[in-house]
Order: sequence, then structure tokens, then C-alpha cells
Amino acid sequence: MRDWLVLLIGPFIVMNAILAIVTYVTLLERKFAARMQSRIGPYRVGPHGLLQPIADAIKLMMKEDVVPTAADRTVYNLAPIVFVLPCMFIFATIPFAPGLGVADLNIGILFFLAISAMEIVGLFMAGWGSNNKYALLSAMRAVNQVISYDLPFIFAALTPVLLAGSLKLSDIAAAQSGLWFVFYPVIGQLAFIAFIVSTVAAENRAPFDILEAESELVAGFRVEYSGMKFALIQLGEYAHVIGASFLGALLFLGAWAGPGPEWLGPVWFLLKAMFVFLLITWVRWSFVRIRVDQILALSWKALLPSTLLLLIATALVVVWRTPGA
Amino acid sequence: MSVTAAPRVELDYTGSERLTMNMGPQHPSAHGVFRAILTLEGETVVGVDAVIGYLHRCHEKLAETLTYAQYPSIASKTDYVAAMTSEFAYVRAAEIIGKIDVPKRAQYLRVITSELQRVASHLLWLGTWCLDMGGALGGGATIFLYCIRERELILDLFESLVGARLLYGFYQVGGVRYDIPTGWAAKCLETVDLIDQRINEYERMLEENPFFLVRTQGVGVISRELAQEVGIGGPLLRGSGVAYDIRRGEPYSSYEDFDFRVPVETSGDCLARYRVRMAEFRESLKIVRQVLDGLPEGPISSRPGLKSVAQTRIPKGEAYARVEGARGEVGCYLIADGSAKPYRMKWRGASFSNLAVLPHIIPGHKVADVVAIMGSVDPVFGEVDR
Repeated sequence: MRDWLVLLIGPFIVMNAILAIVTYVTLLERKFAARMQSRIGPYRVGPHGLLQPIADAIKLMMKEDVVPTAADRTVYNLAPIVFVLPCMFIFATIPFAPGLGVADLNIGILFFLAISAMEIVGLFMAGWGSNNKYALLSAMRAVNQVISYDLPFIFAALTPVLLAGSLKLSDIAAAQSGLWFVFYPVIGQLAFIAFIVSTVAAENRAPFDILEAESELVAGFRVEYSGMKFALIQLGEYAHVIGASFLGALLFLGAWAGPGPEWLGPVWFLLKAMFVFLLITWVRWSFVRIRVDQILALSWKALLPSTLLLLIATALVVVWRTPGA
Repeated sequence: MSVTAAPRVELDYTGSERLTMNMGPQHPSAHGVFRAILTLEGETVVGVDAVIGYLHRCHEKLAETLTYAQYPSIASKTDYVAAMTSEFAYVRAAEIIGKIDVPKRAQYLRVITSELQRVASHLLWLGTWCLDMGGALGGGATIFLYCIRERELILDLFESLVGARLLYGFYQVGGVRYDIPTGWAAKCLETVDLIDQRINEYERMLEENPFFLVRTQGVGVISRELAQEVGIGGPLLRGSGVAYDIRRGEPYSSYEDFDFRVPVETSGDCLARYRVRMAEFRESLKIVRQVLDGLPEGPISSRPGLKSVAQTRIPKGEAYARVEGARGEVGCYLIADGSAKPYRMKWRGASFSNLAVLPHIIPGHKVADVVAIMGSVDPVFGEVDR
């Protein structure tokens, strides 16, 4: 009975913490973008706009839910849920401190990568179910792009796995107690850069946000969504980005390692994840969007071969440095 | 630097599925109310049908009902992004018919406002164009907000000169309506210097950005022949290698007094049009500095204080006047019948003529290029539909 409760309560706490983080990350991004653009950003709701995310959430909940008559209702209604679920599940295997996490699987990173690629199903359902040309084009682009960038994303994420010698996320974090993988000579930096680039692309953030591409496709696959369904999609996207940021902090920045007492670990982890998130945001607000064929070319011609080579190089280095191998 | 043209995609139409997609009249990237009916094959555009007329406001008919003193402030509503130059074309036509002299100081003030207006218009163009390519939730918005920040400075200048920020009514037949207030020249110089600096910043931000280059190089190439055949003008024409500028070819309003260069690029793609406009920023700012240096004293209008309708009468005759607007040749054809109102008036909108090139260059490009090309043409729909 007690185990059962723990099994329920743990995920419940993690999920709510994630929801809170995701909500407030929107404010962080808006403030950060505003500073980049010499604006102030949200300021009116609460002190320094601190209540803005809550106001946004309430507004979205109270919006009318419009379903287009021509939409495929089942697919249309199901899509936000199918989309948001994998985006939340990816947090399942992330340990936030030693022993603090929902499920520290021994194939944690594999689970993360597999589940994170599932978002494409919801995305395509949304694009297809809306019965809208913009949405359909966007869904076609989505499949193209997500598939092209998941491979470099996986290869970049596997480099730390090789260095740590384990697929278990807590082992990878523990392996960095001496040296964060981002500081690992040459390989670490290259892998980190590849990771950031492919994260930006795999998460469909600008300059790779061709699915949303509001100057071409209005709002892409979510053009017909309103109210809470729109909020779910938005939530899923942000959760996915945050999930990838946590993964980046865990794989390259030493997870919870940091000065101070041990209970500060989760705080350090959060700060590092936010750092990765801001890196992604920085890229987003500085570049113009690139075209769909250029995005695919970048992945297949540059990123994929280079990450693959990097992976092989890492494997050689690991073998060479392992005594007795 | 050599830029190769994007190869025209030859498509096999048999057995493939096509999608007809509306871009506009209500669309985030439609500049105004342009509607392009795109025929797509996958992501590639194979046909484009341009539909205009959503913003028609009977400007030319309206001109027949308003006196020569009243219409200039309405003329600014044709091209509301570069309001000064539309007024300019109208009053120039009236001045040619009436053989009305314009005092030197008024001519110089006209030059200064036209050039500041060109800078303001190009700033808005740069911002919105990057917004088209970069997205409202991406890097494009950053450039957009920077550009708007600088445009505000020019609008502030206009506000302290005229009292209005967007539509001015500054030009009058025979001169201009207001003289510059005290301290305006110093403030103007300060603004000009600041914008000059910031332009360098944008250039660095964009031209050292590979994403920007791949989006613009070789995209939407207008050949020299096509440009001349379709009759486009302004930065588009100069981007295609034709050194044609009315300020140089047919100097008006003392443009011959100033030293400036007509920037020309030969590649004819989006990047060439961008470079032409970036160079025009600098040339315009240079002209503004020269005008402020040599601003003569004297009256600002040869027909000051018009009070009655009778005084606004212009003798019978007809004339076509053209000025170099931010988007090309802004022309006004006026027929006067001796009364205080024109008998007939016809606009030659620069955007209207420029828009005609779109169906020639868009097919074969991707959907994403359509917005880049459309943005680089810089149409203002108040001027297209009138």
C-alpha cells in the first residue's frame, strides 16, 4: 500500500513541478527576448509581470473552444493529448538529484529519446485532423524535419553516454563529478554544440520553426486550435524544450554537481537547465528562419555525418583511454 | 561578389497532386491586403495569381472633388508608409501646370523631408521583410523592433515639424506649409548620425548571418530585361543593374545641388535589392546632411496664406510629374480645367508597377521564398489599390 502511494505521489509532484516550471519559463523567455529587443516585456500583471503566466493560463482556459466543421473530430480532439503526453513522459527518467526522480531506468536515455520522438504523432494528427491547408503543409514539414533532426540529436546525446559508459541517466550524471562533459577536450564542446543545434531543430524552435512559420503558414499545425487545446499544444512544446534542456544540463553540464550543500543539487540542476534553455532562446531570437530544403540539407549533409563521425571518434577515444582494452 | 541565380525548377505536371493555397488578403505576412493564390506542388510554387483591389478607396475620383489646397493631405494616404513623396508628386504636377515657382528654401525643405521619409520607409521595409523571413516569434522580430525604434526617431522629427506622425499634409502648391522650428536642424543631425551608426549594426547582424544569406542569395532573381519589360522601378530596378533614378535622371526640387550616388547591384536577387536599399539609407542620410548645411534663408512658399478658393485656382492645362519615392517612380497626372479642383487625376503608384513582376519570378520557388520575395518588392497597398 505504501509503495503504491509513493508511486502515485512521486510522479504527481514531478508533474506539477514541471507544469509550474513550464508556465514560468514562458515568462523567462519573454523577458529575455524583450531585453534582447530593447523592450521591457510583460510588466503589468503583478510586480514585474510575475503573474503574467497565470493570467495567460486563465485567459486560455476561458477561451471559446472552436472546432472547424470540416475537421476530423476524433483526430482533431485527440491530437493535443497525444502531443502533450510524450512531452510530459520525457521527464519520467530524469533524476533531479541522486535518487530523486520518478523512474531511474537503466536505459533512461533511450527511453527519453524514444518518447521524445513520439511527439511527431500528435503533431501530424493535429495537422491532418484540422483539415486546413496550412496545417497540412505544416504537418508534412514536421514529419520531414523531426525525423531528419532526431538522428543528429540522438548521436549528439550518445556521445556523453559513451564517455560515461552507461545508458542510465544517474550514472551519466555521476560520471561527471570530476569533469563536466562539456569541458572534455574537443569532443565535449563539439558534441554540446551539435546537441544545441539539433535540439533547436528537433524542438521546432526558430530559426528551424518552419512548422509554425507564421509568415507562410499562419500558425502551422495549430492554426485551427483555440482555448485549452491550443494551451495543451503550447504546453507540450515548452515541456519538450524544457525536457531537452534538462537533458542537455544532465549530459554535458554535470547535472546536480555544484558548490554548496547536497540539497542544493536540484537547484543547480534547474539553473543549468535554464542556462541551456536560454542558449536555445538566444538562438531563436537572433536568426531568420531558414527554408525547408535548406533545413533538410543542413541535417543530412552536415549535421548527421559530423555527429556520426564525432560518435565514432568518441568511441575510439574511450577505447584508447580505457586501460586493458 | 558573384551570386548565381536559383535554377528554375521544371516540373512534371502529369499525375502529381496540386494544392491551391490562398496567401492573403488576411495573412500574417501579407503586406496590406494582397492576395496571392498559389498553386503548390508539395512545397514548390508552380503558379501564382495575384489579386489586388481590396483597399480601393476611389482616390482618383476623390481628387476631383477636392481643391489643390485640400488634396495634398489626402495624397499622403495613397502611400502611407512614404506619405511625403506622394504629396510631393501631386503638388509638383499642379506647379508644372500653373508654372508656379517654389522658393529655394521650400525646395530644400522638400528634399530633406523626402529623404527622411525614404529612410523611414526603408527602415519599415527592412523590419517587416526580416519579420517575414524570421518570424514574429524569432530573429525577425528582433530586427523589426530595432528598425521601428529608429523609425520612431524620424517620426518624432516629422511630428515636431508638422504635428503629425504618419500622414502629413506638409507640401503645398507653391511651397511647404511649415518652416523648421528652432533646434530642429540640430536634432535632425543627431538623429541622422545615430541612424547611420545603427545601419552598420544591422548590416553586421544580417550580412554576417549565414541563415540570412541563404534565404536571400539567388532568390527571386529579376533579370535586367525582365525589369525593363515589366516596368518596375526604384530599388528593384537598381537591384537588377539599371542605374535609373529620377533624382539623377530628371532632377527636381534642386536635387542637382547635392552630391549623392545612385547605388546599383547587378545580381537582381533579394540580396541585391537589400544591398541597394542599405546603400540608399546612407545616400539619403548624406543628402540630409548636405541640405542642413546649405539651407538657404527665405520664404517657404510662393503662395503663402491661401485663404479663398479663388486663390487656389490653377490655369487650364495638363501635366505629369514624377518624383523618386521610396519604392520607385511616384507619378501624378493632372488635368486642370482652370477651376480650383482638378478635372482628372491619375496616380502612377510605384508599388503597383513593382507588383507586376511577382508572377514572373515566384513560380519555381518554395513557399517560404514567396514571402521573402514579396517582402523584397516592398509593396504598400494603399498605393497599389488607391
